[in-house]
Amino acid sequence: MFESLSGKLGGVFDRLRRRGSLSEADVAAALREVRIALLEADVALPVVKDFIERVRERAVGEEVLRSVTPGQQVVKIVHDHLTETLGPAAEGLNLDAPAPAVILMVGLQGSGKTTTTAKLGRMLAQRQRRKVLMASLDVRRAAAQEQLAQLGAQAGIAVLPVVAGEGPLAIAGRALDAGRREGYDLVLLDTAGRLHIDDELMAEAKALAVRTRPVETLLVADALTGQDAVNVARAFNDRVGITGIVLTRVDGDARGGAALSMKAVTGRPIKLIGVGEKLDALEAFHPDRIAGRILGMGDVVGLVERAAEQIDRDEAERLARKVQKGGLDLEDLLGQIRQIGRMGGMEGLLAHLPGVAKIKSRLADARIDSRALKHQEAIILSMTPAERRRPEIIKASRKRRIAAGAGVGVPEVNRLLKQFSDMSRMMKRVTEMEKKGLLRRGLERLMPPGR
Amino acid sequence: MAASEGPKAGWLARLKAGLGRSSARLSQGIAALLVRRRLDAATLEELEELLISADLGAATAARLVADLARGRFEREVTPEEVKEALAEAVARILAPHAVALRPDPARKPFAILVVGVNGSGKTTTIGKLAKRFREEGRSVMLAAGDTFRAAAVEQLKVWGERTAAPVIAREPGADAAGLAFAALAEARARGIDVLLIDTAGRLQNKADLMAELAKIVRVLKKQDPEAPHAALLVLDATVGQNAHAQVEVFRDMTGISGLVVTKLDGTAKGGVVVALAERFGLPIHAVGVGEGADDLRPFDARAFARNLMGLDA
Repeated sequence: MFESLSGKLGGVFDRLRRRGSLSEADVAAALREVRIALLEADVALPVVKDFIERVRERAVGEEVLRSVTPGQQVVKIVHDHLTETLGPAAEGLNLDAPAPAVILMVGLQGSGKTTTTAKLGRMLAQRQRRKVLMASLDVRRAAAQEQLAQLGAQAGIAVLPVVAGEGPLAIAGRALDAGRREGYDLVLLDTAGRLHIDDELMAEAKALAVRTRPVETLLVADALTGQDAVNVARAFNDRVGITGIVLTRVDGDARGGAALSMKAVTGRPIKLIGVGEKLDALEAFHPDRIAGRILGMGDVVGLVERAAEQIDRDEAERLARKVQKGGLDLEDLLGQIRQIGRMGGMEGLLAHLPGVAKIKSRLADARIDSRALKHQEAIILSMTPAERRRPEIIKASRKRRIAAGAGVGVPEVNRLLKQFSDMSRMMKRVTEMEKKGLLRRGLERLMPPGR
Repeated sequence: MAASEGPKAGWLARLKAGLGRSSARLSQGIAALLVRRRLDAATLEELEELLISADLGAATAARLVADLARGRFEREVTPEEVKEALAEAVARILAPHAVALRPDPARKPFAILVVGVNGSGKTTTIGKLAKRFREEGRSVMLAAGDTFRAAAVEQLKVWGERTAAPVIAREPGADAAGLAFAALAEARARGIDVLLIDTAGRLQNKADLMAELAKIVRVLKKQDPEAPHAALLVLDATVGQNAHAQVEVFRDMTGISGLVVTKLDGTAKGGVVVALAERFGLPIHAVGVGEGADDLRPFDARAFARNLMGLDA
């Protein structure tokens, strides 16, 4: 009953796919389910109605033309319209202003403003080489300013020192002065969480926007938000004027309804999404990918992009050379395990893959999580450098010592060594085949024996 | 809520103001829908949609509307009548679940674990609870179990100072289960009445983080098989249908004993609570209606339901 939107739509379209051809009544039946699914996914009612009507118009018109795979046609129409509503395609941040350009972060309490501010600061400093200053204007929530200070220290981003008793406007003024004086490219202002119906605080946010003339005013909103998302987004847009939306907690199993609603009522683009608690877990928003994810098609492009960024190219080339020589050792396996960890662990990887929404519950039952990777890492770390380079010297007593060091049993150590020898054998076979030019002979020869 | 002392009119007015705002649109919608209209199928469908847009969820909305239609179908009805009937139905669902949180004085300490997703308002709720318990004359200790988020410990310490409650904390990144264990031991040794254990916010689909929560419960039970004596799930009123998944998973991992609904002073309707009460049968202990230390109130089913429908309490 409460599975994810992709699961729901997946179920609807599975039924459509199984049919040879589609009547108008079938389309109507499917769209009724899409409607309920979207409502259960927290998409706001007017947005749902508009969405359904447009899909109906398009679906019924095309249905007659190609009756071969009507289900796929409906999927495509739903997907296209979802993408259109969420889109247009990813817009970057507008930083085109005389330095220091100001980015103002606003939103409800607990939406993730402070964490997002630090993530954004880190992203702009590391990827775009900007000199960033962050300042917390949150003088209301206990220890909010301290939180930004700590995050700044973690991310290596400058944070405006706190002056006790100073109000938000005064802090903003001081941040701008410091930005100008000390040659910062960007000043990120993290504001206190506020209710969109709190006149006093909304007026304060407006005053901040007038005073600091931000190039971007970003509404930070929680992807778990229900129907209220439309009220929140509309109010912040009308009263303060936003230039974009940052959707947080997209790594949860939220169904993304809030994204659709907020984009539809404000017309402002969703510029970034938060996908984890770590400071590098901020990504560009791609409407087509999110639409694809909603429809259960998986976010393959996102996975590839993440992999490209996380995997150290030099490391990869070094590894390739080693593989060719057949001199793989356990240090390399450790590197591999850590790379998987950096890409968000097994859960992070799985969330990007097609069709995962449907099997997710089964995966949860099977308890596939990142702990196995942690254990493997611990096992290798419990080995001496000599053992890592020459695993063949590891006999019974060494195994016992390693197992004790890693806090696992000897069977786990054996399993890891077996996995490693399978891997080396497979690699050796690849290189031999390459040498002999036999690669086209088929992939089955690559498979490790026995599985 | 009638049982609570203190600035009753003040907070009731505040809750009403908050809920009133949130329900204004809903009640206007119902009124517009029903003036001079028969209760026909089309009207019922629109009513159902209005309830859905109050976050009640499709299934609950469908059932409430079906109940409403019984005996009234095709009859002339007034908006007032419909609102009264819906409020009554909602209140009937919620009434058995409006249970105040009362620490058992026989437990020393009465250990309360507070869990929830990020940003739902756990630490603020603990601060408010600490204030209430202190005012009731109980000794209170706080355990800063959110060892992950930056400055979470500092935030709890501020609340500790405000309520004159000692705070047990460790360095950032420390094992939360170890800290909870030590805090329980400390509270026992000092004869503390209530121990409030904060935890890091976590999304319920993160298996490893949920396992960590289960571990906290496990180690507490090593000292006291009955501990934690209460486990509160803090829900943000703005949350949509994802609240179902939250309650389900947190309940499985920590054995949730009750809910606290925060941020009800906005336009968020918190309507999902109605479906949650039905589906999980969990007590709803309190609602948060503001950022101040006094803005936590016992949950009152009738007031909640009537306010949701835009009716006077």
